[in-house]
Amino acid sequence: MARLLDKPWLWAFVGAFVVWIATALFTGGMGAGEVLTAAFTFAVFFVIVGIGQMFVITLGPGNVDLSVPATITLAGAVSTKLMDTADSMILIGFLAAMGVGLGVGVLNYGLIRLLRIPPIIATLSAAFIIQSTAIAYGRGLRIKPPEMLADFTTTRIAGMPVLAICVIVLAGVMAVVLNRTIYGRSVIAIGQNRRAARLAGISVEWTRFATYTMCALFASLCGYLLSGFSGGASLGMGEEYLLASIAVVVIGGTSVAGGFSNVPGLWGAALFMFLLVTMLNTFGAAAGVRLIMTGLIIITVIVLAGGRKAPR
Amino acid sequence: MTEKPAPVVALDGVEKSFGAVRALAGVDLAVGAGQCVGLVGHNGAGKSTLMNVLAGTMAPDSGAIAIAGDDLTRGYSVAAAQARGIRCVFQELSLCPNLTVAENARIMHASLSGFGWRRRAGKLIGEKLDEIFPDHGMSPDDIVGDLAIGRRQMIEVARAFSETDTPVRLVILDEPTSSLDSHVADQLLQFVRRFVGGGGSCILISHLLGEILDYSDQIVVMRDGKVVDKRPAADFTRDALVGAMGSVAEHGEETVDGAGPGRRSQDVVVRALSADGAAAVAAHRGEIIGLAGLAGHGQTELLMRLFDAAGVERGETVVHGPVALVPGDRQSDGIFPLWSIARNISVRSLRTMLRRLLVEASAERDLAEEWKKRIGIRTPDVDNPILSLSGGNQQKVLFARALGSDAEIILMDDPMRGVDVGTKREVYRLIRDEAEKGRTFVWYTTEMDELKHCEHVYVFRNGKVVAELSRSELTEEKVLQSSFEAVEAA
Amino acid sequence: MATLVSPRILRSVLPAASLALLMLAIFWLQPRAASYMGLNLMLGLAIPIALATIAQMFILTVNDLDLSIGAYVGFCACIAGTLLVDAPVYGVLALAGGVLAYALLGALIHVRNLPSIVVTLGMSFVWLGAAVLILPRPGGSSPGWIRWLMTLRPEYVPFPILAATAIAAVVHLGLMRTSYGAVLRGAGGNPRAIERAGWSLLKAKMTMYAFAGIFGMLAGLALIGLTTSADANIAARYTLLSIAGVILGGGEFVGGRVSPTGAVIGAITLTLAGSFLTFLQIPPDWQIGATGAILIIVLALRALINRAEER
Repeated sequence: MARLLDKPWLWAFVGAFVVWIATALFTGGMGAGEVLTAAFTFAVFFVIVGIGQMFVITLGPGNVDLSVPATITLAGAVSTKLMDTADSMILIGFLAAMGVGLGVGVLNYGLIRLLRIPPIIATLSAAFIIQSTAIAYGRGLRIKPPEMLADFTTTRIAGMPVLAICVIVLAGVMAVVLNRTIYGRSVIAIGQNRRAARLAGISVEWTRFATYTMCALFASLCGYLLSGFSGGASLGMGEEYLLASIAVVVIGGTSVAGGFSNVPGLWGAALFMFLLVTMLNTFGAAAGVRLIMTGLIIITVIVLAGGRKAPR
Repeated sequence: MTEKPAPVVALDGVEKSFGAVRALAGVDLAVGAGQCVGLVGHNGAGKSTLMNVLAGTMAPDSGAIAIAGDDLTRGYSVAAAQARGIRCVFQELSLCPNLTVAENARIMHASLSGFGWRRRAGKLIGEKLDEIFPDHGMSPDDIVGDLAIGRRQMIEVARAFSETDTPVRLVILDEPTSSLDSHVADQLLQFVRRFVGGGGSCILISHLLGEILDYSDQIVVMRDGKVVDKRPAADFTRDALVGAMGSVAEHGEETVDGAGPGRRSQDVVVRALSADGAAAVAAHRGEIIGLAGLAGHGQTELLMRLFDAAGVERGETVVHGPVALVPGDRQSDGIFPLWSIARNISVRSLRTMLRRLLVEASAERDLAEEWKKRIGIRTPDVDNPILSLSGGNQQKVLFARALGSDAEIILMDDPMRGVDVGTKREVYRLIRDEAEKGRTFVWYTTEMDELKHCEHVYVFRNGKVVAELSRSELTEEKVLQSSFEAVEAA
Repeated sequence: MATLVSPRILRSVLPAASLALLMLAIFWLQPRAASYMGLNLMLGLAIPIALATIAQMFILTVNDLDLSIGAYVGFCACIAGTLLVDAPVYGVLALAGGVLAYALLGALIHVRNLPSIVVTLGMSFVWLGAAVLILPRPGGSSPGWIRWLMTLRPEYVPFPILAATAIAAVVHLGLMRTSYGAVLRGAGGNPRAIERAGWSLLKAKMTMYAFAGIFGMLAGLALIGLTTSADANIAARYTLLSIAGVILGGGEFVGGRVSPTGAVIGAITLTLAGSFLTFLQIPPDWQIGATGAILIIVLALRALINRAEER
């Protein structure tokens, strides 16, 4: 029992459950099932970007990818325009989105490595360039996503969205990658002690490159799927995903000091955040309250976890 | 009979241990007014620890600290020391590189505030600089970060000697001339004489025996945490000093198998040239070679060069075969604190444990169990977090990591620092066994005793190899002689 | 000659030189801009940006980063546009509360050794949420006295230039010339040395964060004075702009090396860059990207200079 209690991700699920119950009680049980389905439907996108962001944050303090929203927007715009409502182009659209992710990853890492800019600033500046590109490319975009893609993102089996099932599987795969591949071990090692990692034979720079690229790829995947889900790409589609991606990582139990991450927590935190918003809406709270609460919860989680003194 | 005035500083029976290591084993030290005391000793003698206690940055486990006759042992701190006029210039500089010289002076002197403080601070530090280093050529408005390290050292020294509301009584100088050229070094040492002549006191730590002999009134020799000799400087010769620093008693050594002539193979697996292209460090397969000399004289840099050169065909540094490093500073260079023992061991060898792209849990466990037995890691379960182990056992994990990998050349960066004797013996045995199987060891150690395990020892001084000794030639005195600079150096 | 083009000189001259270059380019493209009216128009919005940049500079001096400054300025603008007009006492209290919150945040980050990026990112949503609560839709109005101040038309020199000079002068005096200012900057340069010399790092951090709060608040006030109505997202882009402004002005991310005059010049440069791009008829879509590109170019140049210095 004690072993179970000290798994940090558990608290996210507990929180999600508590909030769901509170909502259900408030409405007298009405629509509780639908709320849960909606939670899984929307949480999916938070989890996808959360996975990428989690790997980046695990690399150690100072590693955050702030270009995630811009990448989502650009990938969504590019793939939607290319697919042009044609079902036959779904795969091409997917590849195009992946191409965007690859490009962004190279850009981010290039700025970090060649110009020796701190990752925060590098990804922040890159974000503005990417956002501009997305705006220019997608100006006046009114193209609908291919029907098959839109259906895929919304179909359900027994109330559970198919996409959510796929992403649960994806999360499982990524958990294995994190714990049982050389790459995953390298990321965790670098986050704990970068110098020791180098001295233990880990190729630090390759791992960083792979991680920033992977984060961009996941953001692109999210943009691709999101455009199918929301009926097309829009300029502000990535906006809420910056804080969401970081919140989902932090609340899910990953350490912001690096070196400790867990994948199940992403799902718990994503569900929790959606259900929290639902609960607040149900209670009739104003829009600002949701924002304040999300911010305060993140800060509380970090304060409770505390920082680790970075090794020299 | 006139009563002798109380010494400026009197340390009595000071003891300090870090875990299993006794850094100070009961030290008495007294410095009088108008006296310059030279403090010498080899690695691990306890000089730095003693100075840290005196400066207030470290609290002793027991013993008394008295300043000008007053017992200040309780609650002694940096603030207390500075309030009594004790200043120190340590090797790590404590200047703010983004501030100007005058502003850095202000940082030390809280009373330099209010209107016109900048001018006063500039005058204070400028005058002191002029007094110590007449042709320094610096301005109080220079930004410290833009200055070369030698000049930063000069400012640090000048700042330590500068006074505002409390007079400076005793200044500790720890290797103060290490970044100074000879002209500036002379200026500093002559100033020290003038300062001492005016009634101030000084403790001078240096590996340049010539400086110690020429500029101290009294010389204190430390070894293994104790004071072993204390005489007026005039009574010492260079050889006597070196002799005093070496060990006299043998501490129950175990016999070491000499390397039989038939055992050493002819393959050179490691070769490196020093900075000026001279004397190479070379190792043959199955050899254990040692890097000696005072700490921080280029040994770690060489190890890093070898580490980076593994597998790369570059000119002067050649390393044939995979390389692993056992670090000495566990915290900063070795341990992954959130991981288990098993994961800390396996991290270097993951490639060999792959089955279809995934690391096999059973292979990991087997490796950890094997080494737990071989090297004797005291733990009930290899999946326990590594921080549950004692320091010595953590060091064993780092050894297991390197030895359990496919590396043929093992580099060791003073790995036995602060490790208990029992652990050391177990590891020495293991190193010899592995060498016999054909592994090569390049071993940087600050402990004289460990050098006897090496077939060849290279002594470093100021970044260069100054002596090469085979095991048969190896004596502690020879190592000490080479570590410390000759008196008659130009 | 070698000293003339030394990295140190280059670094301090770069901001002023780039501003001069930019102004020349603008005047050449649009000669009518070189007038009192033209300058007043182009530089008007520079004041709130300059104040926000100074706020960011305080945080950067102690080796942290504030990703919430944009939201905070928006929050202050909303307070100024509503409470300060309708119930001045509560308005003042609210603004003071904001500054206090900043100081406490600095203490929290120091004591718990937290990463400022994530904490301020979280705070940005707290400020945004608070602003949205106050002003769910754009609205409010500017307090009279602020409006009066921001629309001053002094005789020969446009008000923005006077204001910018005043801001730079005051901060320069306070941070670079006072004795405690040296301690504050030292806390960024070598925190351990400062602590060992007996100064309180906690006090230093809290002071810097409090100043950031004050100047961020002033930015919000100035902003509503110019736009006369506020909304929660009005200053969203100030976060990147403030960082870019400090860097353009010669500041560094770590080490406590900052320049208040440089920061103000950097802010003005960025403001003008917007007009410049408009005159060049670059579509507004790309103007956001241009800010990012400018920051990258400046950092690239800095990296080149540093590498040359190492050699």
